[in-house]
Amino acid sequence: MTSSQSTALSPSLLVAVGRSTEIASPPPDAAEAEKEWSYTRAPDALSARSAYQSRRGLRREIRIFLTNPNAIVGVLFLASVVVTALLAPLLYPGDPLEMVSRPFLWPGQNADYPLGTDSMGRDVLAGIVHGARISLTVGIVATALGLTIGIGIGAVAGYFGGWVDEVLVKIIEIFQTLPNFVLLVVLVAIAQPTVTTVTAAIGIITWPTVARLTRAEFRAIREKDYVLAARSLGYGHARIVFAEILPNALPPIIVTSSVMVAGAILMEAALSFMGLGDPNRVSWGSMIGSGRDVIRTAWYLTALPGLAIVFTVISLNLISDGLNDALNPRFSEERR
Amino acid sequence: MSTSKRILSRARRVIVQAIPTALGIVILNFFLLQLAPGDAADVLAAEAGSATVETMAEIRSRFGLDLPVIQQLLNYLNNLAHFSLGYSPRYGMPVADLIGQRLPGTLILMSVALSSAIVIGVFLGSIMALFSGRLPDRIISIASLIFYSVPGFWIGLMLILTFSVKLGWLPSGGDSTIGSGLTGIHALLDRARFIVLPAVSLAVFYLAIYARLTRAAMLEVKSQDYVRTARAKGVSPLRLTLRHILRNALIPITTMAGMHVSGLLGGAVVVETVFSWPGLGRLAFEAVMARDFSVLLGILLLSSLVVIFVNAAVDLLQAWLDPRIGESR
Amino acid sequence: MTPLMEVHDFAVGFGSAQPVKGVSFDVTAGEMLAIVGESGSGKSLTALGLIGLLPSHARKTGSIRLAGRDLSDLSERQWRSIRGREIGMIFQEPMTSLNPVLTVGEQIVEVLRIHDKIDRRSARKRAIELLDLVNIPEAGRRIDDYPHQLSGGMRQRVMIAIGVACNPKLLIADEATTALDVTIQAQILQLLDNLRLNLNMAVILITHDLGIVAQWADRVMVMYAGRKVEEGLPQPVFEHPYHPYTRGLLAASPRAEVGQHYRDGPLLEIPGSIVSSLHEKGCAFRPRCPDARASCGQAVPPIKLISDGRYAACPLVPSQFGRVSHDALVGA
Repeated sequence: MTSSQSTALSPSLLVAVGRSTEIASPPPDAAEAEKEWSYTRAPDALSARSAYQSRRGLRREIRIFLTNPNAIVGVLFLASVVVTALLAPLLYPGDPLEMVSRPFLWPGQNADYPLGTDSMGRDVLAGIVHGARISLTVGIVATALGLTIGIGIGAVAGYFGGWVDEVLVKIIEIFQTLPNFVLLVVLVAIAQPTVTTVTAAIGIITWPTVARLTRAEFRAIREKDYVLAARSLGYGHARIVFAEILPNALPPIIVTSSVMVAGAILMEAALSFMGLGDPNRVSWGSMIGSGRDVIRTAWYLTALPGLAIVFTVISLNLISDGLNDALNPRFSEERR
Repeated sequence: MSTSKRILSRARRVIVQAIPTALGIVILNFFLLQLAPGDAADVLAAEAGSATVETMAEIRSRFGLDLPVIQQLLNYLNNLAHFSLGYSPRYGMPVADLIGQRLPGTLILMSVALSSAIVIGVFLGSIMALFSGRLPDRIISIASLIFYSVPGFWIGLMLILTFSVKLGWLPSGGDSTIGSGLTGIHALLDRARFIVLPAVSLAVFYLAIYARLTRAAMLEVKSQDYVRTARAKGVSPLRLTLRHILRNALIPITTMAGMHVSGLLGGAVVVETVFSWPGLGRLAFEAVMARDFSVLLGILLLSSLVVIFVNAAVDLLQAWLDPRIGESR
Repeated sequence: MTPLMEVHDFAVGFGSAQPVKGVSFDVTAGEMLAIVGESGSGKSLTALGLIGLLPSHARKTGSIRLAGRDLSDLSERQWRSIRGREIGMIFQEPMTSLNPVLTVGEQIVEVLRIHDKIDRRSARKRAIELLDLVNIPEAGRRIDDYPHQLSGGMRQRVMIAIGVACNPKLLIADEATTALDVTIQAQILQLLDNLRLNLNMAVILITHDLGIVAQWADRVMVMYAGRKVEEGLPQPVFEHPYHPYTRGLLAASPRAEVGQHYRDGPLLEIPGSIVSSLHEKGCAFRPRCPDARASCGQAVPPIKLISDGRYAACPLVPSQFGRVSHDALVGA
């Protein structure tokens, strides 16, 4: 019977076997062959493609992001807000809280104040332009703070596991149980509202989301071959965490961070709407708050700063959707 | 293992997990209270108008405020065990009673908002999944993106502007017509008119999330093998959608809804201030303005406990929806 | 004798791709027909086409007749009355093919109540009988289990119970045993064999396992790149394969060497992949064919009757290739 193997081969098929070496598929092990018959299967197009991608770094992800029309619209919207914020001191050098004209000028009524003036005669457009600075600063700095704390705690919990993980998970759970906005109000009320305390408070209430995400990623990646390899080479914890695990854990964190900026902007607006913002700085939320009392007669004072918030937040959400499609292929396939 | 047994074993686990969380929140709350400027003695002294150093010290020792922090924490815990959250001089009543009065208002607002967000969101999400890639999907996608990006308090103001100021259809604040003397069904309808706008303002953001989530979950479930099996059995599209796709897609949606309760409570704070809705949020706002920290922290504590309770309920609901949860392992 | 199912020139296309390029075959009542081919050969799409489950954007042509009735232009509603009642189907993955949130009883009762107007109580009674029929022990208790409480083999038995619940004339088993252990595989195939004899039900067995074909099938049809390339009774096909692809399959099959030997030497592979041959002019197997000539690139070789019941789509007369023992295959 042993010889029947060779008798079963036609000369031409032997040639074929010789040719097959260039396909370079590893010989399947016996058990797998029994079940899967993998050697005559078409190569798995998806896995072949993903192997190819990982070699090329992030270029494919960037291309997907840049060919997504929604993401481009988001980037353009956001860029316009950023440029406005940067140019604010040039466009409106004065204090936007100064009275410049007679109150309740409607938009279009006076060409010098295209968006009109409020009940105190302040220029609405100047307020919106300067408000962009506050919104973006708070949004970005608070997110950076939340990311730093969250990644730090999540990484420690996910990487070390054990009792450290259990304790940190409990702390994360406690912070996720506390109603975010109520805690934010308490913190700001205790610390007295300034731009710094508001930013710090928002950072403090947003870290648990990041920590949870980071922990999950770290736990998954910790078991991957390349991490085990790094460990067996005797690399230190810091090197494994920062060089091996963190870069691979980043995609979902990047997607989340853009949503976090949007969330921070919304929270800052809500706080200053309630009168818990920095009283010395003009913010979109505080403009809405002061416009609210005159909504019956001058509704544009409430509507216009609100539109500015919506515009900015939409741009960030468009970007995060685009990032998600580019960085999280599994999910983007579901969306099709 | 029978369904009821499974849910019971799940309930035990949920309770065991909730206790340390609740304790942690209580302790955190205590330390925040310590951080707050001024203590009960300051508040009482301010109420009295004037106070000497001696009377201040006397008040402090009477309330145990001169004890070491750890002793004060134990006192705080002991008070909590007797459902005492302190006294609010401003309202002239115990904080616990004050919160107890306002809690139902918030719970009603939240449950109306959350349930309508889920029902409408799941409905819209199903339509999106059904027409995925086509016009209805695109239109609802854009709408949900906008809903998702709009601050609730601003929506509230715009709704007031449209439906109260311009059209005069719905009231702009409060929870019922004052002094109307309505009873029975009429009183209920009157209240329903008042809850529409605040509930919509609160729901819009979550509605958008559920629509997007339902769409994704249904598309995912739709491609599962068991859906193909059901089709091979000759199941009708309606039955396929309701019994096989939606039933499974609801599992991630309930998880999300549970996670949203805490956010919803926070959202209620802002929306209640917009609509003068007599709930915890409005009370919190008043407490901040009056620097009444015992009330403010009482609200934080109680709302956290509400979140723990609702999360536990959602956990059990999930065990009922998904037979794979709660098996003894 | 009129066949139970007649498939004529059945083709499936998506956009510019044509994964099934015109397949014709018959299935006789009570017969077990095996369709063999590698992934991408179009066998699973053909199976889905037979039960009307192709994706809505698929283009299909050709005709399918079931007991004389033309199924090609059925509405979705008409298809629904056929699926589960006239044609049952079971799939590859028992782990994921059952709805995780419904008990097995609910899932069997569902198919019964869709097609037969019976009340809940008798449907449940019938479901227990069906679980008994597919050899699930303690059927009366198992009926209230959820799928995750059953093993893979048990789940596949439940799938079969659903498939045969309404006494269909035809059961399609798409790689139904591929995901299972070898011993469970044999039990499931034995069960299918018994059921088709007892219920006089035809079975289309879609597989890539030649050992299964040799042991269980009445007839075998080999597909390659969307076309039927060979057909006949298993024994003659395996002893004298006409088409070079069939020969390659046989040589590549570990079972051809009765298990214990294939560990010793490298397995024979069919070089290249089916993907490379999808857009080929002429014979689709030409790039991988050891015997290819220039003439093979001109036109698609038609499938021809070689002898009684034997068809092959290769113009080259087989001569110098070796023989594979049918017994060796069955013995696996």
